[in-house]
Amino acid sequence: MSAFLVRRLVRLAVVITGVSLVTFAILQASGDPVSLIMPEAPEADRAVLRRTLGLHDPLPVQFARFVGNAVTGNFGKSFFHHGQSASALVLERMPTTLMLTVFSMGVALAIALPVGIYSAVRRGRAVDQLATGTVFLGQSMPVFWTGIMLILLFSVQWRLLPVSGWESWAAVILPTATLSTFTAPLLLRIVRSSMLDVIGLDYVRTARAKGLSEWLVIGRHALKNAALPLVTVTGLQFGLLLGGAVITETVFAVPGVGRLIVGAIRQLDFPVVQAGVFMLAMIVVSVNFLVDVLYLYLNPQIRVR
Amino acid sequence: MAVGSLPLAYADDVPRMAAGSRAWRKFIRNPAALTGALILLVVVGAALTAPWITPHDPAKQSLIRRFTPPVWAPGGNAGYLLGTDQVGRDILSRIIHGARISLLVGVLAVVISVLVGVTLGLISGFVGGRADTVIMTVVDITWSFPQILLALAFVAALGPSLVTVILVLGFTGWERYARVVRAEVLALREKDFIEAARAMGIGSARILARHVLPNTFSSIVVLSTLQVAQAILQEAALSFLGVGSGRTYPTWGQMIALGRDFVSVAWWLPTFPGLAILATVLAINLVGDRLRDALDPRV
Repeated sequence: MSAFLVRRLVRLAVVITGVSLVTFAILQASGDPVSLIMPEAPEADRAVLRRTLGLHDPLPVQFARFVGNAVTGNFGKSFFHHGQSASALVLERMPTTLMLTVFSMGVALAIALPVGIYSAVRRGRAVDQLATGTVFLGQSMPVFWTGIMLILLFSVQWRLLPVSGWESWAAVILPTATLSTFTAPLLLRIVRSSMLDVIGLDYVRTARAKGLSEWLVIGRHALKNAALPLVTVTGLQFGLLLGGAVITETVFAVPGVGRLIVGAIRQLDFPVVQAGVFMLAMIVVSVNFLVDVLYLYLNPQIRVR
Repeated sequence: MAVGSLPLAYADDVPRMAAGSRAWRKFIRNPAALTGALILLVVVGAALTAPWITPHDPAKQSLIRRFTPPVWAPGGNAGYLLGTDQVGRDILSRIIHGARISLLVGVLAVVISVLVGVTLGLISGFVGGRADTVIMTVVDITWSFPQILLALAFVAALGPSLVTVILVLGFTGWERYARVVRAEVLALREKDFIEAARAMGIGSARILARHVLPNTFSSIVVLSTLQVAQAILQEAALSFLGVGSGRTYPTWGQMIALGRDFVSVAWWLPTFPGLAILATVLAINLVGDRLRDALDPRV
């Protein structure tokens, strides 16, 4: 088992290096960073800046320096925001983004678990067909449009909830609801299919044959084994959820990392873009790693080895 | 003509044709998939014939016609079925033209993803060893980013344009094909008919092209159909966030972004382009899901 853990740790290190490389490439792709920072400066000043930024060094040297800085959380200073440290700007806003993601994950699970289980148990019946149809609809709606439609109804038409912000609980409702319409169909689909996978298995039939009530069979026996793929796939989809959060924040002007990154992209403020992209990727990487380790503990087949 | 008198090549094709028509029958018997296919036909038709069927020039502004509501609402004008925007441009005409960008980006991005992903998946599965490790590590790294964020950053860095959007969406969406193709190749590699081909002295490239690739075909078709839907959503999101294919040509995402600012005075501005995205993506998803069922021999 420790060999498994060591292998995973090595892969983790490799993936983090790769993530840094991709983040590093963002600035390279933009061409000349100096003309972004001082577009109208004379050539002499540019040369000075180029030297201070170390842009004369060969690319591998620059990359090594970037990785060294990245793992210590140093992405340089923002071109705007009064030259604040880019990673400080990102970290400041991270709790808001995580809150939005976790809240909507909670709402989505509260819908997806019961509906998904019920629709697997009643496969092919009206409830299942309705749920499956809703999943299709939910997965085909652009999340930013859903947000605007909710604003149209709840803020413009009925004047119940604020259009934007994150200061009050009322302001939290619409962004959370929007992101949930994006997350819930995804989770519902996973719950339904992982339940369907175990429902037909022999041990479930045995439990039924023992005379256990249907809900005890589902709740105690089937759900326990369906939980494993549920956790894994949810972990794998975490990047998608964060992507949805980035867009949702922009629609509702939620002061999170997503809105910061989108703003920075419009201003070509690359240190902030790099810091934001890197740290969000690190969250995805950590979640995937945790899921891997959790899988190890939850799955008795691996534990034995 | 008796079957026995058919040349060998034809006899070989008989089961495949039968399987094809069975899949087709399964496909059209489903009302949801049929509806999806019809919607898709309308959208594709509209995109192809846009310059000839739009009632107005999508770029023509008219100050006196600003914020005309849709025809059924009070103040609507029969000449502008879905109303006009903040500078008096016809929404319906803009939506029809927007279909071109959405479909173009969707299809071309997927073509790039398929080419890259299938090639790398084949190499990974068939060559194995170090190539496999490297390719799968790259797949892991790609998975670590929220795709939309990566696309956003690179489109902005390279400079927003139609070509950049297509290239970036294409090169950030290939990993699913690599995974699936690799898994299928690994499963196929042990099969007798591959062994037999190898024993006959057929080269690796030929085995891949003639025997392995056709067997991964149905997975690729299903995955790529579903990715077209995703790419359309992503292009819309990029346009919405302001790093789309540029301001000159109307896109659905950009129409929604503009409409967001006027949502309190003109609900139709963001609503209709969104419905266009919803209908198109839903249609593709319905067709894709049915294709999965129809092409999967186990179901």
